Amino acid sequence: MANMISDETIEYVGILAKLALSEEEKEQARKDMGSMLDYIDKLGELETQGVEPMSHVFPVKNVFREDIVTNGDMREEILKNAPGEKDGMFVVPRTFE
Amino acid sequence: MAKQYETVIGLEVHVELATKTKIFCGCSTAFGGEPNTHTCPVCTGMPGSLPVLNKKVLEYAVAVGLATNCTISRYCKFDRKNYFYPDNPQNYQISQLYLPICQNGRVEIETEKGKKFIGIHEIHMEEDAGKLIHDEWDDCSLVDYNRSGVPLIEIVSEPDMRSADEVIAYLEKLRMIIQYLGASDCKLQEGSMRADVNLSVRKTGEEGFGTRTEMKNLNSFRAIARAIEGERERQIELLEEGKKVIQETRRWDDAGGESYPMRSKEDARDYRYFPDPDLVPIVIDDVFLEKIRKKQPEFREDKMRRYKEEFDIPAYDIEIITGSKHMADVFEATVALGSHPKKVSNWLMGETLRLLKEKGLDPEDVSFSPENLAKLISLTDTKAVSGSVAKEVFEIMFARDIDPEKYVEGHGLKTVNDEGTLRRTVEEVIAGNPQSVEDYRKGKEKAIGFLVGQTMKAMKGKADPGMVNKLLKELL
Repeated sequence: MANMISDETIEYVGILAKLALSEEEKEQARKDMGSMLDYIDKLGELETQGVEPMSHVFPVKNVFREDIVTNGDMREEILKNAPGEKDGMFVVPRTFE
Repeated sequence: MAKQYETVIGLEVHVELATKTKIFCGCSTAFGGEPNTHTCPVCTGMPGSLPVLNKKVLEYAVAVGLATNCTISRYCKFDRKNYFYPDNPQNYQISQLYLPICQNGRVEIETEKGKKFIGIHEIHMEEDAGKLIHDEWDDCSLVDYNRSGVPLIEIVSEPDMRSADEVIAYLEKLRMIIQYLGASDCKLQEGSMRADVNLSVRKTGEEGFGTRTEMKNLNSFRAIARAIEGERERQIELLEEGKKVIQETRRWDDAGGESYPMRSKEDARDYRYFPDPDLVPIVIDDVFLEKIRKKQPEFREDKMRRYKEEFDIPAYDIEIITGSKHMADVFEATVALGSHPKKVSNWLMGETLRLLKEKGLDPEDVSFSPENLAKLISLTDTKAVSGSVAKEVFEIMFARDIDPEKYVEGHGLKTVNDEGTLRRTVEEVIAGNPQSVEDYRKGKEKAIGFLVGQTMKAMKGKADPGMVNKLLKELL
């Protein structure tokens, strides 16, 4: 494997992804990420001079909607996806800035 | 000591756009709905939902960009800004990092030292987050996603401002442009315009920038001015003590008059932006651009210039009236209906401003129609109602936009031009106030004012004071 991922990187990516990883999982993630990066490195072998960066996989552009209200009150349905509900709102663990 | 330091300020201004629906779904953006009644799978980040851009958002963003002399990106797209926070149900905010819609603009502001340009680095489109409410009772947080997905533009300035006054002049300028475009009502208190202040200090004459902090939670011009002053002092103090300014986000507490570091939304400021594959690129062609350009309104500076040429009203009136697009619209429409500009201006500058202030409203809240104002002016022009009755009627019109002609007719408020009735009333007043009559006859001219007042009162304001005066003089 050409790309060696450091312990710090695994730790950092874990924090960003809000994942609590066990030692074994960290080891596995290190291997997976290394081989992913190796795979991506293959792109570096290509000559990309003069090639426009691709920003979308489909040759589609300008898909818009008109500014018209199409949705009604679907709170009941939406709240079915909530981990918990109180006073018509989603209940989440105490969060503050 | 403080004089040796220069303050360097750049602003990030978020403006909520006045669209009817959210940026990527057909949910209403109306204020005041019950929690989560304006939500759908898209704006609550449900898997498999597909965002589609509201065309009006793009039109507003381009219009603001053109009005602020920006280069409009002919090719732009959306990116995902990743972070975890419960007000953000997707765990990413859809925003624009790599190819924002507008770049390299500038606006002109007035400063004590004359005109100055403030550069605009970029304007991008993005979505607002939901609202978190903290439930002390159950020690949890509650989320309302009604605001989630409401369209925003973020206007990022260059670090070109040097004082609180310049910051406020810049914000006023942006607000005026955006209000004239109808793109937002830009109310700081209600959060439809929000400013984050990036501030650093450096020794006067230095070229490089000092370490900056970002300040949030500024919801009035006063708070902004105070926060800038406070942060400038804090940073200078640190430097004077030989300490370093830490790059961080701080929250301004206006009541306490100080800022404190915010616990950041994530420990690391690493948003791992990447192109949003759900949204296709936007290509802006000449036809689209030309359409927006043609629809640009006459902005405030041009309007002020034109008023000065067209209408014989004081410069101060022009400044106040054009300070609100809505006021200016009412003014012009009323004048177009044939009312005298100076009289229209008097109603706006006098009674309208008085009532707005009294009721704590903004000029944008004026709800009477130009037609009704024109009718009221015509009633006073023809002396069909007296000045005091007109003011009474205006107050009702201000509150409920009634038709003043019908109202005056219906409530019998028309000035009594029947000399017989008026003469009888004047005679009664003379008979009832011998003291004043005597004073007047002894040469105390002012006494007649009291008698006019008594007659007007007896007539319930429905008399022409000039005529009353004439009759009194005749009868005394």
